[in-house]
Amino acid sequence: MGAPALAAAPGRRRNYARRYWWFVVPAGVVVLSVILFPWAFTLFMSAHDWKIGGGHHFVGLDNYRKLLTDERFHWAMLRTLYFTALAVILPMILGVAGALVFNRKFPLRGLARTIFILPMMATPVAVALVWTMMFHPQLGVLNWLLTWFGLPPSMWIYDPATVIPTLVMVEVWHWTPLVMLIVLGGLASLPQDPYEAAKIDGASALQAFWHITLPLLAPFIVVALIIRTIDALKAFDTIYVITQGGPGTSSETINIFLYLQGFAYYNMGYASAVVVVFFLLIVALASLLLWTRRRVKA
Amino acid sequence: MSEITRRVALRAAAGLLAAPALVESVGAQQAFDWKRFKGEKVEASLTANPRSSLLIQHQKEFEELTGIRVGAEAIPEQQHRQKFAIEFASGRPSFDVVGISLHVSKRQVGRARWCTDVKTLINDPTMTAPDFDFADFGQGAVAYSTQADGRMDTLPEFTDYFVMYYNKELLASKGIAVPKTFDELYTAAKALTDPSKQQYGFVGRGLRNANVVLWSSFLLGTQQRDTVSPEMKLLTDTPDAVWATEMYAKLMRECGPPGSIGFNWNECQTTFMQGRAAFWIDGVGFAAPLEDPKRSRLAGGKVGYAVSPAGPAHHHCCLFGTAFGIAEQSQRRGASWYYLQWATGKANQLRYLTSGAGAPARASAFRNEEAIASSRFPREFFETLTQSSRIARPGLPEIVPVTEFRDTIGTALTNAIGAGADIPAELKRATDAFRPVLEQSERAT
Repeated sequence: MGAPALAAAPGRRRNYARRYWWFVVPAGVVVLSVILFPWAFTLFMSAHDWKIGGGHHFVGLDNYRKLLTDERFHWAMLRTLYFTALAVILPMILGVAGALVFNRKFPLRGLARTIFILPMMATPVAVALVWTMMFHPQLGVLNWLLTWFGLPPSMWIYDPATVIPTLVMVEVWHWTPLVMLIVLGGLASLPQDPYEAAKIDGASALQAFWHITLPLLAPFIVVALIIRTIDALKAFDTIYVITQGGPGTSSETINIFLYLQGFAYYNMGYASAVVVVFFLLIVALASLLLWTRRRVKA
Repeated sequence: MSEITRRVALRAAAGLLAAPALVESVGAQQAFDWKRFKGEKVEASLTANPRSSLLIQHQKEFEELTGIRVGAEAIPEQQHRQKFAIEFASGRPSFDVVGISLHVSKRQVGRARWCTDVKTLINDPTMTAPDFDFADFGQGAVAYSTQADGRMDTLPEFTDYFVMYYNKELLASKGIAVPKTFDELYTAAKALTDPSKQQYGFVGRGLRNANVVLWSSFLLGTQQRDTVSPEMKLLTDTPDAVWATEMYAKLMRECGPPGSIGFNWNECQTTFMQGRAAFWIDGVGFAAPLEDPKRSRLAGGKVGYAVSPAGPAHHHCCLFGTAFGIAEQSQRRGASWYYLQWATGKANQLRYLTSGAGAPARASAFRNEEAIASSRFPREFFETLTQSSRIARPGLPEIVPVTEFRDTIGTALTNAIGAGADIPAELKRATDAFRPVLEQSERAT
């Protein structure tokens, strides 16, 4: 009796889909106008020499060829990867460590956890402005603290050698709580049985962490890794407010370069080509991370 | 009975002679119909600054005078430039009146013919109030608002001169006189630099882009003065440009605080107002925060004001300015012109000056002795403004890709500050990088 009913189901579903296809039209229109059209238009612009207030004409792949020889673009790309690597790895390590600490019970844990996640709630531009004041080499509180501890003052964002690590420091302070929250959620959902079995077998705390906690947490860590990577790649607001890409071009990441090309120099065609290349980079990185996640799950 | 003296008789005669003109003027004033566009609404897109705040604060005056309602928005400068350019390019701007930085957007706005030529409106007695007094605008400001083809597509609002602020106490402590030339400035700044006390002789903009306007101050003192020739050739790697860069670099490197390659105006302001720097060359608008006792340690007579020092060949100071334009597509051109007349009127221009919001484009404000005497700024400040207006010259080239120019040359200047920098090579590299951009832009023109 059950088998014929199941066999009829696909036909009914097809019929159902034919009758109610227009239900998906609104969603389709939204996707088309908000996602597909802007993308198609960006591709179209990238094939033009397009200046705001100056007209446009078709140039084919010239903008992409220019990217191949544009040293400023190459350096911006390298800086983006350097910044992203640091701004992902450090929050991941500190976030996992923070989650392990806050997963334990201790007095005032709730208060400490709230204080820890406060930076995440702050507006990036406001955060950037406050950090900028603190980085002032002569009048900032950070150098005052360093000298108070007997350490030499730092130039922070005012030296090409230290500007990227300093910006990463702001990023770490701001976004480590997000990693911590994701991993903490994972820790709360872990089963207790493997730990009890490991305890009976005489496993040390480090062994339990390495062989039980970390493998079970891996899917959560990969999710945090994907979110952090995408966030770090598209970091713009804090960098722009704090350094505007300087000193010189020493903190000009791809987003700053893109912004300047599009909205300061009004080279919309060239900026669109940068967007396309940068998008492909993000897709490649996201695909790699998603593939990793599938492997971890498997 | 008092005797009629010769002086009284002459006065009376002069009064009689002037009477017809006065009567005519009063009659015309009464005849001018301020309510002609009553009921209309003007949208104004302004840059966020103290001057826009003053206009928005007092716009009720205009609304009561004309019956025209005003929807004014003030957006931070850089975002505002992008917004109005994109809106103009779309062909349907959301505003009727727009505030424009002439030193950045003049050529762009002029080339695209985004704004109406206001000359016809100025010359139309049915559209312009008799007391508007166009002749009151400074010649330099009017020239700055006029395009190369003679169109005047904006009305000048504000002129920003680069002046030299100095710390009176620091100079007095070493008996140093206010320098008149850049060489004297370097010598004085060097003598006042003492890193062990975190005291520096000079502070100035080092951050890429922002630094070009300070460097221009030095270049204006050389024989060539400008960064681009009248034939639109770049002059940024010439011997004069090298001299200006060397002067800029040695002041920043030897007399400036560590880290000043990343300083924009806000870091300079903080350093100076905390008494850590002896000299600072920057826009005249910073007088207001420097004289604010809640923020500045130098408020109350410790800040000195002087014109920018002279160079080896010329004596100029950098001029920047803003102006108002009426969108060519505006359907409320008449009401918008009324708004411009009010916004750049004598009352508002005097408010700019006395509140320290900026130097007005009109000359009459500087002649108002009563307002100047009651101002919180010292007389020296007003004298510096007047002297600066006589030697002012545009601090940036009138080209379309100004921002790209500032970024490219600015990077070379930042690099030049570094110890052991090869200044001619840095300038040549930047000039070679920007030349094709300028040439392409000029071809499009």
